[in-house]
Amino acid sequence: MKNLLTFITGLGFGIGLIISGMTNPAKVIGFLDLFGQWDPSLMFVMMGAIFVTFFGFKFIEKRKVTYFKESLHLSGKTHINKDLVVGSILFGAGWAMAGLCPGPALVALGSGNQKAIIFVVAMLAGMYIHDHPYRKSFSESSV
Amino acid sequence: MTINWQEFTPIASLIGGAILGLSAVSLIIFKGRIAGISGIVGALMQFQNTPKDHYLWRILFLSGLIGSYQIYSILFGATTIEINTSSIELVIAGLLVGFGTRMGSGCTSGHGVCGLGRLSTRSLVATLSFMTSGFIVCHLLLNWIN
Repeated sequence: MKNLLTFITGLGFGIGLIISGMTNPAKVIGFLDLFGQWDPSLMFVMMGAIFVTFFGFKFIEKRKVTYFKESLHLSGKTHINKDLVVGSILFGAGWAMAGLCPGPALVALGSGNQKAIIFVVAMLAGMYIHDHPYRKSFSESSV
Repeated sequence: MTINWQEFTPIASLIGGAILGLSAVSLIIFKGRIAGISGIVGALMQFQNTPKDHYLWRILFLSGLIGSYQIYSILFGATTIEINTSSIELVIAGLLVGFGTRMGSGCTSGHGVCGLGRLSTRSLVATLSFMTSGFIVCHLLLNWIN
């Protein structure tokens, strides 16, 4: 039951992204082109989503356990450091180049779109480069 | 700045946003996990010292996400996915998105949708950083480079 629900949440997330228009990179670039012919749709996606997550997280954080009485895995991190800002800036740059962020990229991958496949393979490589060799060689200086 | 009224889809975007927000809330309610896509994908490539139940829920969630296009197409018809970026640019973009989201511990879903919903200042800083960077790089690419 729990496994089926987990699959359905992934499916719902993807369908939400498709309905919102965010799985079309051309539309995302229309939003990021703030100084040109601006399409504010992405802002409405955020508003719709945050309205729901605001109340949802309020409810679950008060309840402290899941529906199946298991513990919550919530990030307790509050510090703002260089990695957070620099990483996000690099992400934003790649996002603007392709019009794809991780969620919509995986939905697009499911369509069999060849360019989406290229993007996802490169994205996995980028994640691997960060998590494996890079972190090991810089671990002492990054404290 | 001028608004592109022809492309603007406020209602569909609000509804789609609410559905993906509801899915993120369902994941935390039923599985106790944050719907941060870059974190979920990245953790799958953490091959050593993984706890029990490390892979299964992530694979199930991502299967639903990847399968959503086909299921949506069957129910409502195919949707447009228009990628106008060249292959070489896609490789650079993919590397930046992968590396950057891991370094910044999140993307549009983890920081933007879940973190902002939790009123996390850390996520607000991350979201403002990638939005600003996105606006600037997009402007440069559309007006100066291409």
